[in-house]
Amino acid sequence: MTADDGTPRAWRDRVLPWATGAAMTLAIVMVFLVVPDEREQGVVQRIFYFHVAAAWLAFAGFAAVAVASAWFLRTGSEGADRLAHACAEVGLLFTTLVLVTGPIWARPIWGTWWTWDPRLTMTVVLWTIYAAYLMLRRLSAGDDTTRRYAAVLGIVGALNIPLLVLAVRLWRGIHPAVMINKDPEAGLKDPSMVWALVVANVAMALLFDWLVSLRTRLLRIDREVAALEMEDHPG
Amino acid sequence: MWAIARKDLAIERRTGEMLSSLLLLALLVVLVFAFAVEPERLVGPEIAAGMTWATLLFSGTLALNRSFAIERESGAWTALALLPVDRGSIFLGKMLANFVLLGFASLVLLPSISILLGTHGLDPAPVTLALTLVLGVLGIAAIGTLCAAIASRSRAREVLMPLLAFPLLAPLLIAAARATTGALVGSSPSEVQPWLAVLLGFDMIFATAGWLAFDWILEE
Repeated sequence: MTADDGTPRAWRDRVLPWATGAAMTLAIVMVFLVVPDEREQGVVQRIFYFHVAAAWLAFAGFAAVAVASAWFLRTGSEGADRLAHACAEVGLLFTTLVLVTGPIWARPIWGTWWTWDPRLTMTVVLWTIYAAYLMLRRLSAGDDTTRRYAAVLGIVGALNIPLLVLAVRLWRGIHPAVMINKDPEAGLKDPSMVWALVVANVAMALLFDWLVSLRTRLLRIDREVAALEMEDHPG
Repeated sequence: MWAIARKDLAIERRTGEMLSSLLLLALLVVLVFAFAVEPERLVGPEIAAGMTWATLLFSGTLALNRSFAIERESGAWTALALLPVDRGSIFLGKMLANFVLLGFASLVLLPSISILLGTHGLDPAPVTLALTLVLGVLGIAAIGTLCAAIASRSRAREVLMPLLAFPLLAPLLIAAARATTGALVGSSPSEVQPWLAVLLGFDMIFATAGWLAFDWILEE
């Protein structure tokens, strides 16, 4: 048996939860017990491992939305549609994690919760694009036409990203923000820091995959229930 | 394509519904900002440029939201889909009509907002200004037409359409406001060239995207 996103069911139900749990535990142990304090930023820098991992996974998720949407438009596969839907949901969740962990770090380091840095601006606009995508799903009938419209939006949203990056870079590049002192990525001097980032990324990737597989299953069950209700109460 | 645009513009010319409500709404947005923030702080070319695009965005998306309402309400949507023409040209026709409408609005809005907010220190560069307005309005028309079509079947389309359009228009708004600021203080097109390039790229990408996407949008 295979699940909706094409992965074997045993992988989703048995392997993924345990692998996610183990990797997450290892990541937490490494981030809190193994890596040294960053020299200038101190203990607060430890949030960076999860922050960066969540950001990478969120962007990968939005790329997956576009790919699955294109796949759906080409083949009409309902599995691709559910995959796009689930990736948008989990991607939005991870973007929210990025937007929550970022200010926690920024407040002590930059002295402010928020600044209109290009990356921050881009992330918050991305959040609104995919929140709107999910609103379209929620506020529409849920029929085949809705799925096509959502797929078009999933692709158009991804097309928007390069322009968005270009525009915010140009914009904030002309008026440089005062508070940005240096790229936090420049500080990974200790090899254990690199390993902690790798492990955090693997843990977040497993979590992402697991959540997406659960959501695709739930979306399929929802649809089956709706179909059964239609049979019981036609019209 | 030309027939669709001509039809929409003919309806608009006879009724004037959209343009008048759009301009009134834009004026109200300016008033709202003036009341909400001290009007003395709303001065200078940056504010005039920003307010023009912000009001154009707010009132434009609401007006464009109606662009498929006539077809939806009169049941002509299926007829549109059945037209023996490339569906992309239906998008282009709609976009063109919306472009003309918003273009008119921007020609009224920019000078009136500049006057309301004080013309002190303004030295408009006509070529830069014209280029920015054309490219900016074209982008709003492209995204607005596409999002209006996507939202038109939803039970909450009045809310949904701006929700879809505003984030997608973020790069356009950033670029158009900066380029217009430049144009208002007399910059030549080459001085605001990066912004014009963003606008041009935006227009090309989303006009093409809408043109291609209408194959799937109009399928019933």
